[in-house]
Amino acid sequence: MNPVIGIKNLKKIYRIGDQEIHALRGVNLDIGKGDFVAIMGPSGSGKSTMMNVIGCLDKPTSGEFFLDDVPIMEAHDDELALIRNQKIGFVFQSFNLLPRTTAVENVELPLLYAGVPAKERRERAIAALESVGLGNRLNNKPNELSGGQQQRVSIARALVNNPVILLADEPTGALDTKTSIEIMQIFQQLNQSGKTIVLVTHEPDIAEYAKRNIHFRDGQVVADEQVKERRWANVEEVKS
Amino acid sequence: MNFLESFRVSLRSIKSNKLRSFLTMLGIIIGVAAVISMVGIGQGATADVAEQINSLGSNLLIVTPGQAKQGRISLGAGSRDSLTLADADALSQNSSIAGVTPSVTSRAQLVWESNNYSTQLEGTSETFPQVRSTNLQQGRFFNHFEVKTQANVAVIGTEVVTNLFGEGANPIGQTIQVNQIPFEVIGVLESKGSSGMTNNDDRIIVPVTTAMSRFTGGNYVSTIYVSAASADMMDQAKFDAETTLRTQHNLKPAADNDFQINSQSDILSTAQSVSSVMTTLLSGIASISLIVGGIGIMNIMLVSVTERTREIGIRKAIGATRWDILRQFLIESVTLSLLGGAIGIVLGIGAAYLIGKVASMSISISMSPIVYSFLSSMAVGVIFGVYPARKAAQLKPIDALRYE
Ligand SMILES: Nc1ncnc2c1ncn2[C@@H]1O[C@H](COP(=O)(O)OP(=O)(O)OP(=O)(O)O)[C@@H](O)[C@H]1O
Ligand SMILES: [Mg+2]
Repeated sequence: MNPVIGIKNLKKIYRIGDQEIHALRGVNLDIGKGDFVAIMGPSGSGKSTMMNVIGCLDKPTSGEFFLDDVPIMEAHDDELALIRNQKIGFVFQSFNLLPRTTAVENVELPLLYAGVPAKERRERAIAALESVGLGNRLNNKPNELSGGQQQRVSIARALVNNPVILLADEPTGALDTKTSIEIMQIFQQLNQSGKTIVLVTHEPDIAEYAKRNIHFRDGQVVADEQVKERRWANVEEVKS
Repeated sequence: MNFLESFRVSLRSIKSNKLRSFLTMLGIIIGVAAVISMVGIGQGATADVAEQINSLGSNLLIVTPGQAKQGRISLGAGSRDSLTLADADALSQNSSIAGVTPSVTSRAQLVWESNNYSTQLEGTSETFPQVRSTNLQQGRFFNHFEVKTQANVAVIGTEVVTNLFGEGANPIGQTIQVNQIPFEVIGVLESKGSSGMTNNDDRIIVPVTTAMSRFTGGNYVSTIYVSAASADMMDQAKFDAETTLRTQHNLKPAADNDFQINSQSDILSTAQSVSSVMTTLLSGIASISLIVGGIGIMNIMLVSVTERTREIGIRKAIGATRWDILRQFLIESVTLSLLGGAIGIVLGIGAAYLIGKVASMSISISMSPIVYSFLSSMAVGVIFGVYPARKAAQLKPIDALRYE
């Protein structure tokens, strides 16, 4: 079976005036279905750039990139919008929820653009929020929720359209340890039910919840290894 | 995302910023209200003029002294006395002409007991009620004999009755002083109401002979009203009247007429062409204010796109296409402009009736300016919304998300 993500010699060059910034310098990476990858590396090593490319938010300069067998390099803007809607769930460090919009409405948004009828949309959004433990916060707006709760809303939003891959750029970056572990527990549960997950983190502890760790430096993959002693997030344990 | 949902999203963002949305709409509101009220007043005035012209009588030809020329200098219409009572008699001999009534006018000061009132005086003949389609409410009109003998009798309008004798009083048989000459009131004209500039109820009518000898002086009348035998005979009557008057005035074949003959429809079409020029002018001014309103909308939409760059980024990140974003902002600007248009229409109608009440003018609100305003505000919304909406749609998702 082909990998969910197939990347060969991918390069990304930012141009600011005459200056060229090589954010990705030939990345090769395959991510199979059901994998759980944590990307690590120093600041400025190109992790976010990589995630934005995988998430089809940004276009690479050159290379090969297949997502679920779709050749992304050739896709037009509207095809990319469709791919973002149907195949990708993105969780941001800063949550990126629509302000003045309730949790359930935020979660409904991908379904709105997917053309799902209103009633089904609401049902699926509620189910997604329940699956991240927010069944009792449906009608709260982002400013009425804690950081951890907001991040769960954004995970529910990323999941609601049943994407082939879940991407998260420093999802615990703005959260405390306990909340971070709660979020990692959700990711682990999702991964166990078969979801492919890629996340970026600075914390080695967090990376150990994943199956595989990839290290970036200067826009290249410098290490790619399976996690030997995997951690299991258990919220009960943390509490005691 | 279907249309209804885009509409809901737009409505929500309009509602979330009520004051700003209202101020944005204000340009359109004022523009549309101006069009609606101005056109309402303009059409009301046109209708008044038409009614006034029609109320002159049916199948009417109006003969006035013609353009006089001294050398090459035109002295303007009516500047030369040329029509006489004899002309009127001669005109009535034609079979195509059913009735003829001459007219002279002046101002007159009326006195009854201690009451003083100034009004319009018209001298005319006994054929006036027939030719000018005017009925009496009380008493009688003067007869042929009274015209021949320059009798001091008068028929007055209801407003004169009210001002001189009091509302609802019976003036028949009373003697009033007209410029210090005693006249007996023998009839009251049926009320026609005021139409436009002239008030049909505010006048006194006396035999033309009396008016000429006592008030206006001279041997000339200012107008001769001619009613054709039937509507079909209008052209024939006009031709006959022209022939008769040329003979009466001993004009050589090469000479210009020293009189003018206009039919009601001539006057009506002149009045209407004047009012259509007015309407075009008003519409032009209104279009300018609509454009100004549109620029206001564009300005706010551009601000809104900048403000909501992050929102656009989020929407794009989760799958909104360019068209989804374009439509959202376009619907927003069209909703703003249409809402402004609708408010403007309501305000305009209200303003027109208010002005009509205060200035006692007729108001005629028809469907076409309403439809026109509605469509133009929609067009304004589209035209001035496209640029900001395109700008939003073309943002790159990653740039929009990174926007601070
Ligand atoms: N929009 C941009 N324009 C120009 N250069 C950029 C842009 N985005 C990123 N870069 C540059 O690309 C390189 C990689 O940035 P990236 O954000 O991918 O790093 P990162 O690994 O995510 O770092 P961090 O851990 O701090 O988030 C950096 O040198 C950065 O300055
Ligand atoms: Mg980063």
